Amino acid sequence: MSRTLAEKVWEAHVVRHGSGAEPDLLYIDLHLLHEVTSPQAFDGLRLAGRQIRRPDLTIATEDHNVPTIDIELPIADPVSRTQVETLRKNCAEFGVRLHPMGDAEQGIVHVVGPQLGLTQPGMTVVCGDSHTSTHGAFGALAFGIGTSEVEHVMATQTLPLRPFKTMAITVDGELKPGVTAKDIILAVIAKIGTGGGQGYVLEYRGSAIEALSMEARMTVCNMSIEAGARAGMIAPDQTTFDYIQGRPHAPSGADWDAAVEYWKTLRTDDDAEFDAEVRLDADELTPFVTWGTNPGQGLPLSASVPDPEAIVDENERVAAEKALTYMGLEPGTPLRDIHVDTVFLGSCTNGRIEDLRAAADVLRGHKVADGVRMLVVPGSMRVRAQAESEGLHEVFLAAGAEWRQAGCSMCLGMNPDQLKPGERSASTSNRNFEGRQGKGGRTHLVSPLVAAATAVRGTLSSPADLV
Amino acid sequence: MDAFTRHTGVGVPLRRSNVDTDQIIPAVYLKRVTRTGFEDGLFAAWRGDEQFVLNQEPFRAGSVLVAGPDFGTGSSREHAVWALMDYGFRVVISSRFADIFRGNAGKQGLVAAQCEQSDVELLWKLLENDPGTEVTVDLAEKTVVAKDFTAPFTIDDYTRWRLLEGLDDIALTLRHADDITEFERRRQGWLPTTDPLPAR
Repeated sequence: MSRTLAEKVWEAHVVRHGSGAEPDLLYIDLHLLHEVTSPQAFDGLRLAGRQIRRPDLTIATEDHNVPTIDIELPIADPVSRTQVETLRKNCAEFGVRLHPMGDAEQGIVHVVGPQLGLTQPGMTVVCGDSHTSTHGAFGALAFGIGTSEVEHVMATQTLPLRPFKTMAITVDGELKPGVTAKDIILAVIAKIGTGGGQGYVLEYRGSAIEALSMEARMTVCNMSIEAGARAGMIAPDQTTFDYIQGRPHAPSGADWDAAVEYWKTLRTDDDAEFDAEVRLDADELTPFVTWGTNPGQGLPLSASVPDPEAIVDENERVAAEKALTYMGLEPGTPLRDIHVDTVFLGSCTNGRIEDLRAAADVLRGHKVADGVRMLVVPGSMRVRAQAESEGLHEVFLAAGAEWRQAGCSMCLGMNPDQLKPGERSASTSNRNFEGRQGKGGRTHLVSPLVAAATAVRGTLSSPADLV
Repeated sequence: MDAFTRHTGVGVPLRRSNVDTDQIIPAVYLKRVTRTGFEDGLFAAWRGDEQFVLNQEPFRAGSVLVAGPDFGTGSSREHAVWALMDYGFRVVISSRFADIFRGNAGKQGLVAAQCEQSDVELLWKLLENDPGTEVTVDLAEKTVVAKDFTAPFTIDDYTRWRLLEGLDDIALTLRHADDITEFERRRQGWLPTTDPLPAR
């Protein structure tokens, strides 16, 4: 029978088929941990007298709470410090490999997995973090789970799950210069809505997706959850294999050949059917930014703030009114006229080396505008080291940006990097929810290119505006 | 987990769509390492507003939340479910739930009852016109009843069965430990492990 990529990976991991209403039991190949969603799961194991079944398929890093300056000092916030120290104690007690703050391999969990070569095609990958969808860029079935499920995976290395439906997101054509993976995914979310992907695994395909680098594919898959989909996937190809080969945990020798032979089978069969299909034309895409308080409230940068009165659906109209009040925006204002206080370049969406290179190319020879603060936060210590070896940090510092240590940073208000009430940011992260970057903070989601151009002009801008 | 068959409590109308988990509990409240005490973080930003529904009597003591579509989107934080339950909620009614939130709710015994949006609207009007109206959610019958209003809701059969029986997922899975061991014997040898490598 013809099958989609997602169905192939699913079936390869069924430990036991459920009967009737009972879900399938799925084996989990890789479990990623961080300090926020794991302490209660470790506690649950202790209470039940259980061990981690496969510590050798489990890895932890510190990312959400960590400060991105003065990392040699103890964490100032005692509650954050306790959470990080709890992870250290738990990993030591249960025998889990941990990359703590300051370690050469520390970083955001979704940057660390791929860069170590732990994320490979056809695997099942889970983490107590909704952006686990990132790993789907390799053709893995990867999704976020809650803390009860974290405990379940720890104890059993499996999860009871009901099959997802499948949705094809086909992006054909060629992206214009200045248009990036971030613009693709923001346009997808604006098209299908924040609930459009609920119950589905998205498979991104088409010539524009095939042309993307691995890092760009990770940006696309990362935000699948923002369309309501737990997972997004891209079929592995030569780009994928080239990225993995030679990484610390990649197979080698005869194992490599066996792995690649298997990975090449991980494609949706030609006559397989998806439960839903969506198409986008890459040639028509332009830089995309959000104006509201959910990632589906986005428009091309050339547009203006929408008028809620013109929205027919009542729920959407009310949501747009509330969003504009929160964002402090007037209908009809050109998006390019919106001033920002802060620019954040980083996160599991856009904190990889290619993102930093792209932003540095825009910033070179320019200065961050007066009154604007720009934070550049590499997604991992490896990314930071790579950027420094290329001299990118000097470009950022010369432009007047801050060059930070690795972590989730301003993507979410759990560490010292936050917006103040009323402050407005252009952010390469993934969520523009109310208060996401700090209580009262206002977020516009953008690509690294738009972030850099915005830093220079002080208003939402694309690199083309700098000429 | 305690078994859930039926619950009656004050209904709370929350006229908002896309209530993401950052609104249910902002990140700054996620730092606790225990499983209790999250009620203070529930809707923390909105509770600063005197007009917010949970700051009004008699909604303050509500236990059945009636919300707009796409409830629980965004972050996977199970803390959102803990915060709702620590506050006193036992049921959330919406026309559409985010997948991860729905899963988390089912693990903890918070009933995520999916109703038609038209029924949600009727329930909102009823609760707003007569604040303090009690809503009965019957998991065995899959019905929502408030005064003369009755509507069906959907919830997947397996979660419903587990909630009715109060069963722990891990214990259920461990019944199949032999199947897991057998699966592990078949796994490809080249799949990666996280065993430490020599320094690079």
